[in-house]
Amino acid sequence: MFESVLVANRGEIARRIIRTLNEMGIRSIAVHSEADADLPFVREARESVNIGPANPAQSYLDQAQVLAAARATGAQAIHPGYGFFSENAEFARAVMAAGLTWIGPSPEAIVQMGDKINARNLMEAAGVPVAAGTREPVTAIEEASKAAAKIGYPVMVKTAGGGGGIGMGVAHDEAGLAKAFEQASRAAARFGGTPAILLERYIERARHVEVQILGLNDGRVLALGERDCSVQRRHQKVVEESPSPGITPELRERMLAAAARAGAAVEYRGAGTVECLVDADAQDFVFLEMNTRLQVEHPVTELVTGVDLVAAQLRVAAGEDVQIDATPRGHAIEFRVYAEDPKRFLPGPGHITEWSEPSGEGVRVDSGYEAGNTVTPFYDPLMAKLCVYGATRAEAIERGKAAVANFAITGPKHNLPFCAELLDHPEFVSGDYDTGLVSRMRS
Amino acid sequence: MVANVWKVVVADGETVSDGDTLVILESMKMEIPVIAEDDGVVAIKVAEGDVVQEGDLIAVIE
Repeated sequence: MFESVLVANRGEIARRIIRTLNEMGIRSIAVHSEADADLPFVREARESVNIGPANPAQSYLDQAQVLAAARATGAQAIHPGYGFFSENAEFARAVMAAGLTWIGPSPEAIVQMGDKINARNLMEAAGVPVAAGTREPVTAIEEASKAAAKIGYPVMVKTAGGGGGIGMGVAHDEAGLAKAFEQASRAAARFGGTPAILLERYIERARHVEVQILGLNDGRVLALGERDCSVQRRHQKVVEESPSPGITPELRERMLAAAARAGAAVEYRGAGTVECLVDADAQDFVFLEMNTRLQVEHPVTELVTGVDLVAAQLRVAAGEDVQIDATPRGHAIEFRVYAEDPKRFLPGPGHITEWSEPSGEGVRVDSGYEAGNTVTPFYDPLMAKLCVYGATRAEAIERGKAAVANFAITGPKHNLPFCAELLDHPEFVSGDYDTGLVSRMRS
Repeated sequence: MVANVWKVVVADGETVSDGDTLVILESMKMEIPVIAEDDGVVAIKVAEGDVVQEGDLIAVIE
């Protein structure tokens, strides 16, 4: 096992990774921007290095600074968390070239899955179902228009290189397509992704269900159950749960088998996620994309399987054999506590004067902040993940209600009132909901 | 809300129409367009990279 690991991330995920490192007796090293110096993850790491100004391009996304911090502290490995460098093959290669271990899949797997068009074609070849869509990058609106006519409206327009819902849009007709295409092109240019667009048949009333996979050193790929992430605003997840209340055991079995095949197709090592869209009425699914990293919502899987996914990543990266019995038990729900207003979901950073987390049986909070910190506009709005576990879904919902009510945050705007509203919403409570739920709650 | 001025879409002194995007703000990885609410000649009061707060003047349409 490693003697030391540098965590190239910030906020709640850096803190969560550092917790496992500290528990395993591995020297944890944090890097942070000037804006984040006071955050808990910096204090809880055994060592920390200030790597630059608040602007991520000059700190968390500055390869030279991160690698220099690793050299200066004698780190043996780098854990990228999610976002930032986590799906950056060039950085993964630079880490390895510097003689360090990259805690993640091979750069080749990242490249193959990072291009969504390539990933789609690869999955289709591996026998994983995909939605009708474009097999070549679309770069001009005329091509997009032709492709959409062939696929049939409504279509989902997204960037081949993008992630996190940025630049994604649904088009119901030609006019909508022009708008969605413009938005996706702008996002692609801005976030430095491939200037290529992908069109796919849009499934109305779909659920977003993903499978956690873990690729082992002996070549086996385990499927550790699914997470239902259908509670979304602006194509970004807000609440996730496991098991999914919207799939039958038969569909679950098919999805888990397909996810393991998807991982095997790229000789996947470590933790990854195969995202799918489920047509709940037809009880069928298609491949959406694969995320070659630890996912924000990984605690949901940890709660139902009892597996520490960060520890598993470390063991696989260190070349160890991993023995896992991942039979899921009970029900887990995660609420993303965002610094945003609960009505329109617009960002609301600010100084935190009060921060009091709920605790108790079946409650886990992964947070990035505490009282006295300031949530700044430079990074994503995730302040904490409130996770609850129960023997049944009903028990998890009851614990969720109590935990949401007992989470006190004053200062930044936050979406806890939305979480409370959701837990009382008949559609959510019934389990029979889809990705349109949040828009229906706000229309 | 605190936001960064990501893009100034129209030029200072340009004639704009109701509904045109004047400036795009960015906060917490979200783009927030500032839309003209009237027709007229626009005076832009911010530059790309500026940090603006609630209540700050971004543009004037005359």
